[in-house]
Amino acid sequence: MAPGRQSTANPDREKPPRAVVGSQVGHDEKMFGAAFDGHVVRRFAGFLVPYRRRLAVAVGSVLVYTASQISIPLVIRHAIDDALIAGSNRELLELVVMTFFAVIGVNYLTNFLQEIIVGRVAERILIDLRRAMFEHLQRVGLSFMDKTEVGRMMSRLQGDVNAMQEFLENSVFAVGDFVLLIGIMAVLLTLDWQLGLLTLSVVPILFFVRIVWLPYARKSFVRARETVSTANGALAEAIHGMRTVQGMTRETVNFDLYDEKATDNLRANLSSSRFAQVMVPIVDFLTGGAMAIVIVVGGSMVLSQRLDLGVMVAFLFYVQRFFDPIRSLTMQYSVMQRAMASGQRAFEVLDVPLDIKDKPDAQAPAEIDGSVEFQNVNFGYAPDQPVLRNVSFRIEPGETVALVGPTGSGKTSTTSLAHRFYDVWEGQILVGGIDVRDLTQASLGRHVAMVLQEPFLFTGTVFENIRYRTTEATREGVEAAARAVGAHDFITRLPQGYDTPLEQRGSNLSLGQRQLLSFARAIVADARVLILDEATANIDSHTEMLIQRALARLLEGRTGLVIAHRLATVRGADRIIVLQDGEIIETGNHDQLVEHGGLYAKLYSMNYASFDDVPDELVRQVLSSTSAT
Amino acid sequence: MRIIRLALKHRWRVAIAFVTTIVAANFQLLIPQFLGQAVDFAHGLLAGGPGSEEEAEAALLTTAFMLLGASILRGGFTMLHNYLGESVGHLVGYGLRLAYYEKLQRLSFGFYDRVHTGDLITRGLLDLEGVRFFFNAGMVRLVLLANLIGIGSFLVISADTVLGLLALSFVPFVAWRSSTARLKLRKMWRLLQERMSELSLIMDENLGGIRVVRAFAAQDHEMGKFDIASERALDMANQRIGVRVRNTTAMTFAYFIAMGLVLWFGGLKVIDGEISVGKLAEFLAFMTILQMPVRQLGMMVNAFARASTCGARLFEVLDLEPSIRNAPDAPDLKVTDGVLRFEDVDFAYRDATGDERVLKGVNFKVGPGQVLGIVGPPGSGKSTIAHLIPRFYDVGGGRITIDGQDIRNVKLESLRRAVGVVQQDTFMFTASIENNVAYGDPWADGERIARANRAAQLHDYVNRLPMGYETLVGERGVSLSGGQRQRLSIARSVMLKPSFLVFDDSTAAIDAATEQRIRAALKDTTQDRATIIISHRLSSLMHAHEILFIEDGRVVERGSHEELIAAGGRYRELYMLQLKPADGEER
Ligand SMILES: Nc1ncnc2c1ncn2[C@@H]1O[C@H](COP(=O)(O)OP(=O)(O)OP(=O)(O)O)[C@@H](O)[C@H]1O
Ligand SMILES: Nc1ncnc2c1ncn2[C@@H]1O[C@H](COP(=O)(O)OP(=O)(O)OP(=O)(O)O)[C@@H](O)[C@H]1O
Ligand SMILES: [Mg+2]
Ligand SMILES: [Mg+2]
Repeated sequence: MAPGRQSTANPDREKPPRAVVGSQVGHDEKMFGAAFDGHVVRRFAGFLVPYRRRLAVAVGSVLVYTASQISIPLVIRHAIDDALIAGSNRELLELVVMTFFAVIGVNYLTNFLQEIIVGRVAERILIDLRRAMFEHLQRVGLSFMDKTEVGRMMSRLQGDVNAMQEFLENSVFAVGDFVLLIGIMAVLLTLDWQLGLLTLSVVPILFFVRIVWLPYARKSFVRARETVSTANGALAEAIHGMRTVQGMTRETVNFDLYDEKATDNLRANLSSSRFAQVMVPIVDFLTGGAMAIVIVVGGSMVLSQRLDLGVMVAFLFYVQRFFDPIRSLTMQYSVMQRAMASGQRAFEVLDVPLDIKDKPDAQAPAEIDGSVEFQNVNFGYAPDQPVLRNVSFRIEPGETVALVGPTGSGKTSTTSLAHRFYDVWEGQILVGGIDVRDLTQASLGRHVAMVLQEPFLFTGTVFENIRYRTTEATREGVEAAARAVGAHDFITRLPQGYDTPLEQRGSNLSLGQRQLLSFARAIVADARVLILDEATANIDSHTEMLIQRALARLLEGRTGLVIAHRLATVRGADRIIVLQDGEIIETGNHDQLVEHGGLYAKLYSMNYASFDDVPDELVRQVLSSTSAT
Repeated sequence: MRIIRLALKHRWRVAIAFVTTIVAANFQLLIPQFLGQAVDFAHGLLAGGPGSEEEAEAALLTTAFMLLGASILRGGFTMLHNYLGESVGHLVGYGLRLAYYEKLQRLSFGFYDRVHTGDLITRGLLDLEGVRFFFNAGMVRLVLLANLIGIGSFLVISADTVLGLLALSFVPFVAWRSSTARLKLRKMWRLLQERMSELSLIMDENLGGIRVVRAFAAQDHEMGKFDIASERALDMANQRIGVRVRNTTAMTFAYFIAMGLVLWFGGLKVIDGEISVGKLAEFLAFMTILQMPVRQLGMMVNAFARASTCGARLFEVLDLEPSIRNAPDAPDLKVTDGVLRFEDVDFAYRDATGDERVLKGVNFKVGPGQVLGIVGPPGSGKSTIAHLIPRFYDVGGGRITIDGQDIRNVKLESLRRAVGVVQQDTFMFTASIENNVAYGDPWADGERIARANRAAQLHDYVNRLPMGYETLVGERGVSLSGGQRQRLSIARSVMLKPSFLVFDDSTAAIDAATEQRIRAALKDTTQDRATIIISHRLSSLMHAHEILFIEDGRVVERGSHEELIAAGGRYRELYMLQLKPADGEER
C-alpha cells in the first residue's frame, strides 16, 4: 500500500491539501442585502394581484384589530377615571365593561380574520411562486442547467420560497405593528401632549443605538446564513456521493472537513444570537426609563392636579405596550432582510433568460418524414472550444446511420443538437426538412425519441417508467416494448412485476436493466426518429442481438441514429459516420470503410485483432493514428 | 422527550438559563407592583390621605428608580436566558449535525438503496432546524411562562383571592386548548413534512433527470405531477394554519375575557371600597405582562409539535444500526499473498431464499498477477460480486476471504483500502478534476495524480483544457463525455494502488483503441495484484487467467478464453457475435 493511503488513519495528520467537502462553486449569491429592495417588492407584488380582494380584507382586519388593541387601555382609563374615581358609578362601570367586551369581541374576530387570510394567502402565493420558478426551469436551456447543481436549485425552490412566506406573513403583521406604534404615539400625545412628548423622548435613543448596532449585527447575521448554507451544501453532497465516499474510505477526512464547517456555523450562530439579544436589555432599559418618567413627572402632575389619575394609568399601559411593536419590528427587520435576499434569489431563477425558446410562429407538424440533416454545424459548450466542426450529413427517412469515433469526439453532442438541447453556433439542423429552431420543442420531442447514454429512471413503478410521458400507452404496448428490448423476462421476475416500485434512479436494478427500461421508454414514445446513444453499451452481445432482431420488425421504416463503441453493434447500419475531434472524417457502410483503411478500419481491426494476440506493431500503429481525446 | 435529554449534555447552561429565566420573570412581576404603588401614592394623596406632597413626590421618585432598576435587571436577565436558551439550541444542533453526518457515513449501501436522498437531505436541513428552534422558542419560554403564571398567581391570589382567581381564569382553558392543539398539530406536521418530501422528490428528480424530461418533451407531464403534489401539500398547510389560528385567537380571547372580568369585579370592589384603585391597576398591569406570553404560547405549541415531529424523523435515522460494521476488536486486514477467494457465496438484496437469490454458490479465486474475467447478461449478478468484495453488502451464505481472513472479521477501513472498485455507475463531485482524481487520497502529490491520469489516458485531454487540472467537473460529471467520466473514475481508483482492483464494466463507453492503451498502461500497476474485470466486450477479458460466465447468479461456464471457445457454449456464442455480423439480422 502506498504510504499516502496509510496516513488517512493517522489522527494528527496535517490537513489534506486536496480535500474539500461541499461545492466549490463560488458563493456568488448575495446572502443578505438591504431590508428593502424595490425590484423584489415590485416583482412580488405581481404575485399578490390575484388575491388583492382577500388581502384588502386582511389589511382592513389588521387596522380594525390594531384599533381595538389601542382602545383597550382607553376603556380601562375610562373605567378608572369616570366610574371609579369620579364618583363610584356602578352603572357607568357596567357600561364601560360592556364596551370592553364589545371591543375584545371585535378584537377576536379581526384577529382571526387577519391571521387565517394572511396565512392561507401566503401559502397560496408560495405555491404560485414555486410553480412559476419550476415551470420556468422546465424551459431554461441546458447550457445553464449543466452549470447549476440540483441541490442549489432545490434550495431556491424550497428554502428561499419558504423565507418569502415568513416575510409575507410577517409583513401584514408588521403593518399592524406600525399602525399600532403610530396609534399609541397619537393617543399619548392627545391624552397629554407634554407628558407624551417627554415619554416619547426615549425613542430617538433607541434609533441611535440601532444605527450603531446594525452594521455589526448584520455582518454577523450574514455569516450565520452563509455558514449554514455551506454546511448544508456539504451534507447534501455527502448524501449524494455516499457510495463513492465509502468506496474510497474518505469518511474520516470528510468528517473532519465537515466538522470544520459545522463549527464555523456554530460560532456564527452564537455570535448572531449575542447580537440579537443585546438589544433586549436596551429596549427594557428604555421601557423602564419611559415608565419612570411617567411615574415621576406624571405623578407630580397628578399631585398638582394637572393630570387625571386614569390618564397616568393609561400612559403606563401604553408605554408597556409601546415597546412590543418596536421589539417585533426589530425581529421583523431581519426577517425582511432575509426575505429580500431570498426574493432576489427566487426571482433570479425567474430571470434566467430562455436562450432556447419556441419562436412565436414555430410549427408543430403532426407528421414529419423522418429525415435528419446537419448542415455545416459548428458547436461548442464554452466559447473558443469548438466540439463539433463543420459537421454535415443527411439521414434519409427510414435509414439507419451509425456514429462512431473515439471517446469525447462529439457523438453525444451531435445527438443533443438534433434535439435542440443547445443551439448551434453556425450552420443549421433540419428534422423532417424543417430547421429545429422553427419547430416547437414539444413537437420535436414527439418526433425524436432518445435513449440517453446515462440511463435515468424516476421513482415510480416499472410500468410508469416505461410509459413515462406517453400516458395513452396501454399495458400491452408497454409489455410489447419491454419484450422487444428483452426486459420482459426480468420484469416479470421482479416481486410485483410491472408494478414493482423502483427506488431513486432505479438503484434496485442493475445498470443493464436500467438501460433496457430506458430503451423501452423510447420505443413506447413511438417517434419517427430514434436516437440510440450507447443504448446497449452495458448489455451483452447475445441480448443485444435479440434486441436488434425484435427492433428490426418494430422500427420498420423509422429513422435511426445509433452510437456505439462496440463496432459489432453498428456493422449492420446502412451508413457509418466516423467522427474524430468533432469532425467527420469518413462515411460509408461497413465494407466500404474497412476497405478504405482509415480510422474505422483500424478501430475495427483493433477490436477484431484483440482476440488474437495483438501484434504490438499494429497497436502502435493504431495508437499513433487515433488520438484519443 | 428525547430532545430534552440531549440538552442535558449542556446541563450547566440549561440550569443557568432556567435560573436566569426565573429571576427575569420575578423582576418582571415586580414591575406591576411598583406601578400599583405609584398609582396608589398619587391617588392616596388626591384622596386626602396622610403625608405631604414632598413625601409623596419622594416616594414616587423612589418607586420610579426601583422600577427602572427592575426593568434593567429584567432586561439583563432576559438577555442572558434568551442567549443561553439559544446557545443550547445551537450546541444541540451542532451535536446533532455531526451525529447525523457521522451516522450517514456509516450506514451501508442497503440503507441507501431504500431511502431517497432528498428525504435524507430534508431531515438534515429542515428537521434539524425544527429541533434546534425548539430550544429558544419552546423550552426556555415555557419555563418563563410557567413561572410568570406560577409566581404571579401566588401574588395575586394572596393579594385578593377572588380577583386573583378571576385574573387567572383563562389559564385552564389555555392549557387545555394548547395540549389538544399540540396533538393535532403534531399529526399535521408529520403529514405536511411527508407531503413536502413528495413534492421535493418530484422537483429533485425532474432536475436530476432533466435530459430525459427534455428528450421526451415531457414538461407538461412533469408540471402535472408537480401540481398534484403541491395541491396536496397546500391542502395540509391550510389545515395546519386553520388549527393554529383557531387555537391562538381563542387563547387570546380567553385572556381578554379574564381581563374584562377583572375590570368588572375589580371595579365593583373598588366601588365597594374593598381594594384601592392602585390594586386594580396592578392587577391589570400584571395581566398586560401576560399578553405577549399568551400570544407566544400559540407559537410555542407549534414549535413543540414541530420539534417532536422533526425529532422523531431525525432519530429514526440516528437510531439505525449500520448493518455492516466492524466486529468487536477486528484486526486490520493483512495482505500477504494477495489471494481473494469466494467460497460458496450466496446473496440476496432482500430477504429471500431459493431462486430469489441474486448469487447462488459462487466460487472463485484470484491471486496476485492474475486476472479474473466475468461476463453475463444484464442482471445476472456481476456488479453484485463486485459490491461484495469491499463489503458494501454482507454475503448471505458462504464466505469471502483474503489470504484466509474472512472479510467480515477484519477492519472495514483496512479492507476497503485494500480493494479498489471502479463502480459501474460513475459519480463525480462538483470539484476540480484534480480533486476528483485525488478523492481517495487527498494527500497525493501532483505527480501521482498525473501518473494515474496518464494510465487512464486522460492526461492529454486534461492538459488541453484551458484550466487543466483545475477545471471544474459539473455535477455528476455532466460536462464530461461518457468515456471521460469512466476514465476519470478509473484514474481515481488506480491512483490508490489497491491490492485488489475490480473494474465493473468500466470501459463500456470507451472505444477499443483507448481501452487497449489503458490496459497496456495498467500492466505495470496490475502486475503483482489481483484484478477482476467485468465487461461485455470480450476483447477486454480474453487475456484473463479465468473467465466466469454468470447467468442468474450462477457460474454456468468457466475456464480460459481458449477453453471456453473450445467448449462451444454461451461464451463462444458471444464471441462469434462480436467477431462477425449476426447473420445480417441487424438493422
Ligand atoms: N455539458 C457539457 N459541458 C461542457 N463540455 C461538455 C459537455 N458535454 C460534453 N462536453 C465536452 O465535449 C466533448 C465531446 O463530448 P461528447 O459527450 O459529445 O463525446 P462523445 O463522443 O459522446 O464521447 P463518449 O464516447 O465518451 O461518450 C468532450 O470533450 C466533453 O468534455
Ligand atoms: N440494490 C439492489 N436492490 C435490490 N435488487 C438489486 C439491487 N441491485 C441489483 N439488484 C438485482 O440483483 C440482480 C443482479 O444485479 P447486478 O447489478 O449484480 O447485475 P449485473 O450482472 O451487474 O448486471 P449489468 O450487466 O446490467 O450491470 C438484478 O436482478 C437486479 O435487479
Ligand atoms: Mg457520449
Ligand atoms: Mg452491473
